[in-house]
Amino acid sequence: MTPVAKKNSAAAPKLIIEGLSKQYGSVTALEPTHLTVPTGEFLTLLGPSGSGKTTLLQMVCGLVEPTSGRILIDGRDQTQTPVHQRDIGLVFQHYALFPHLTVAENIEFPLRMRAMSAAEIKQRVKDVLTMVQLDHLAARFPRELSGGQQQRVALARSFVYQPSIILMDEPLGALDKKLREHMQIEIKQLHRETGATIIYVTHDQEEALALSDRICLMNHARIEQLGSPHEIYAHPATAFAADFIGISNIFRGKVDTSNGEARLATPQGKFRLPAGASYSGAEAAIVIRPEQISLGGDNGNTVVGRVTDAVYAGSETRLIVNLDQGEMVIARLPPGQPAPAYGERATLSWNPDAAVLVP
Amino acid sequence: MNGKGTASMTAITAPAAPLRQRLLRPNALWLAVPGIAFLAIFFLYPVLRLLALSVQDPASGALSVATYARIANTDVYLQVLGITFKIAANTALFSILLGYPLAYWLAGLKEGLRERMVLLVMVPFWTSYLVKTFAWMVILGRTGVINSMLTGSGLASQPLPLAYNEFGVMVGMVHAMVPLAVLTMLPVMIGVDRRLIQAAQALGAAPAQSFWLIYFKLSLPGVTAGGLLVFISSLGFFIVPALLGGRRETMLAQLIITQVQELLNWAFAGALAAMMLVAALVTVWLYDRLFGLSSLSGETSAQDRGPGRLRLLGLTILRIIAKASAVLADVVRRVIGASGTRRLLPIYCTLALMFLVLPTMLVIPIGFTSSQFLEFPPPGYSLQWFETYFSSPVWLSATLRSFGVAAATAICGTIIGGLAALALARSNSRWGGVVFATFLAPLIVPRIIIAVGLFYLFAQMGLVATNVGLVIGHTVLALPFAFVTITAILKNYDWRLDQAAAVLGANRFKTLLLVTVPLVKGGLVAAFLFAFITSFDELTIAIFISGGIKTTLPKQMWDDMILQLNPTLAAVSVVVFVIVTVLLLLAERFRRTT
Repeated sequence: MTPVAKKNSAAAPKLIIEGLSKQYGSVTALEPTHLTVPTGEFLTLLGPSGSGKTTLLQMVCGLVEPTSGRILIDGRDQTQTPVHQRDIGLVFQHYALFPHLTVAENIEFPLRMRAMSAAEIKQRVKDVLTMVQLDHLAARFPRELSGGQQQRVALARSFVYQPSIILMDEPLGALDKKLREHMQIEIKQLHRETGATIIYVTHDQEEALALSDRICLMNHARIEQLGSPHEIYAHPATAFAADFIGISNIFRGKVDTSNGEARLATPQGKFRLPAGASYSGAEAAIVIRPEQISLGGDNGNTVVGRVTDAVYAGSETRLIVNLDQGEMVIARLPPGQPAPAYGERATLSWNPDAAVLVP
Repeated sequence: MNGKGTASMTAITAPAAPLRQRLLRPNALWLAVPGIAFLAIFFLYPVLRLLALSVQDPASGALSVATYARIANTDVYLQVLGITFKIAANTALFSILLGYPLAYWLAGLKEGLRERMVLLVMVPFWTSYLVKTFAWMVILGRTGVINSMLTGSGLASQPLPLAYNEFGVMVGMVHAMVPLAVLTMLPVMIGVDRRLIQAAQALGAAPAQSFWLIYFKLSLPGVTAGGLLVFISSLGFFIVPALLGGRRETMLAQLIITQVQELLNWAFAGALAAMMLVAALVTVWLYDRLFGLSSLSGETSAQDRGPGRLRLLGLTILRIIAKASAVLADVVRRVIGASGTRRLLPIYCTLALMFLVLPTMLVIPIGFTSSQFLEFPPPGYSLQWFETYFSSPVWLSATLRSFGVAAATAICGTIIGGLAALALARSNSRWGGVVFATFLAPLIVPRIIIAVGLFYLFAQMGLVATNVGLVIGHTVLALPFAFVTITAILKNYDWRLDQAAAVLGANRFKTLLLVTVPLVKGGLVAAFLFAFITSFDELTIAIFISGGIKTTLPKQMWDDMILQLNPTLAAVSVVVFVIVTVLLLLAERFRRTT
């Protein structure tokens, strides 16, 4: 398989989802949803369990029939196409390798289904095995492989026939943390080398941040926010988005404009809002990331409390402070800065512009 | 390592205990000893003795192959051997063919619904062969249900030859064996990961292709195990061929019965039994070589051994079948539509379940007939045949004897089998596999061989025509069922509870009595009931051991059925059917609540 130059997102969209929804009796698994995925994109569906991400994935590959809406792949309506004619790659969490077939035979399977010539099958299997570095295991059976190797075979099997879209349903969920991080790099590399369009389901926000071109954050059977990892991290659209991705300090309160300047009145104090923040209702919340909070000083907004813990994590120290008004704040101390001792009083502050106002 | 370190090491590692001490060390496996001793005396020894008789000269006791020479030189015996193989093989083939779609459908059901539907297979599985065969005699006979309907409606001018020929035997045999095939295939099929089918379809396989290339291949161990069990069980069959077949369907077991009962030719019976046993063992051996015996216990993992030629040939054949059936499925879908195609399997399974359940059900109204004949539908209803049954001293004493023998068998079987199951669950000795095989062996060896062997042994011990003899014989047959049931329950038992009891101060016996037994009670009751049913409708051993007036219910039924069919038999069948079904449903309930 030759590396394909990654097409930019100006190319025709690979997948268009129009008003797709799924209803199980009175339970809504997915509200009518619109989504467009450009060719070559790595899109992650991220969300807690029951948020509708797996339902969406299963409808795209055809394992679940939608209640309403359309699915267009390469501009063609595929809503009614049966699974086996959709030309989609699917990687399961449980690998779904065929236990009675060898590694090579597993990878051959989709090629045989497409009635390719023996010579081409041989060549493609060889190439893809090289790509996932499993050449030496071609004649083994899945049960003779480690978890990581099995997942590489599953990846190879879904890449070998160059399907139009590759769907991955929590493919690294069964692996331990170290192996998971290693496989993330491999998947990223495969994506770069093949230029495939990948839709990846996970509930692990770190994985989503590490892998994705864009993240589609889902909650309560609908899309909460869609954007690049940086956009979602730096500019969460909702308190849920802020809370789900990364560590956040969230203060809820009422917007108070009585003194000419808008402030957020919370039980923990009145805080200045970021410049140019727009708000619609009176209820709002501000979100501050731990790395935006510094110990001591006065950067505009200040809170005071007692240190309950300092968690040393190698490259940083997380300081946990219990505010006098009964709220917990997490601050990130840069390496080298000494942390105050347990029980000491501490003043924390942040620049109002570093915070994000969310409804 | 310095000298001091070595010294302390030796002090810690105790010297190996002398051999005798090691053998006598308390080991849970000792609990299996009563069972092993029992099977050695009343199963292994009589069977081996019978085989030995076949190579002995009856007069001098010297080694002789005269009986085998006689068999080899007599066309009739070779013919019977051929017929036996043919009928057994055909029964296995048809049972698998008819049973596979049913097992497939059952495996795909949600667990709760599946458990209820499986009962529709369990009931015919445990229903007495005599009752089932009686039903088919009533249905297929010259004046039977089908023929009277055909001639009555004018569809046929004269009765069709449905019974007392090969057709009748095959119907009866397949009907008797489909449940065994289904129940053997089912665990393997439930074990097949259906998500693999989704994966195959996502990779581009049409539904028919994903079935053959993935599901069918992974369910094959179940298919071969089912085929093996049906084949071996059929080898020793005599009830169906004797009652539904003609002269040309005489099977080996019938020949053995004649040799023993009418001719008292032990050597000859031994030789015939040896041939049957060898046939069974060779089949098992072949099976083990081809598929591995472990797949008998319902393991899903198909032990594919490397990229062998045989394996590749198998895959190629499957690919051809898969491609052909994908085309066929396309045509079928075009003809009857997608929804029609989806309905094919449920329709087939409904028909298959009706085939399994309805014939026996037919006996119930006939038992209540007012007619003197076995007519269906009955011209009127009455209780006269039940009155005949319950006022007949012969039938009543046979019924009571069956109940008593079954109860004693159930107690013995549950205790011996339970101790053995406990031994196996608590021991990780390398002899565990051997013990397991020993306790299942009475299931593999055809019953007729055990029966004849026991008859010879009991004749010497004076146990023929005694209740003790019956109980011993039935316990041999019931042991595997009790053992397997309790083993399955103990597999799910949390042994840490026993450790907890020990820590809290209970000794081993009190732990067993106060913790283990109460927790596995349901399984024990189920084992008791399965052992009871096994004894209650056992015929083979009863034919030999319960002579004269000391007859059991199945033996009395058998004698009547050979002489003359009458409505009393229908009434007796109803009683037997109801008792066995109720006990079975109870057993299933207890088994599941544990």
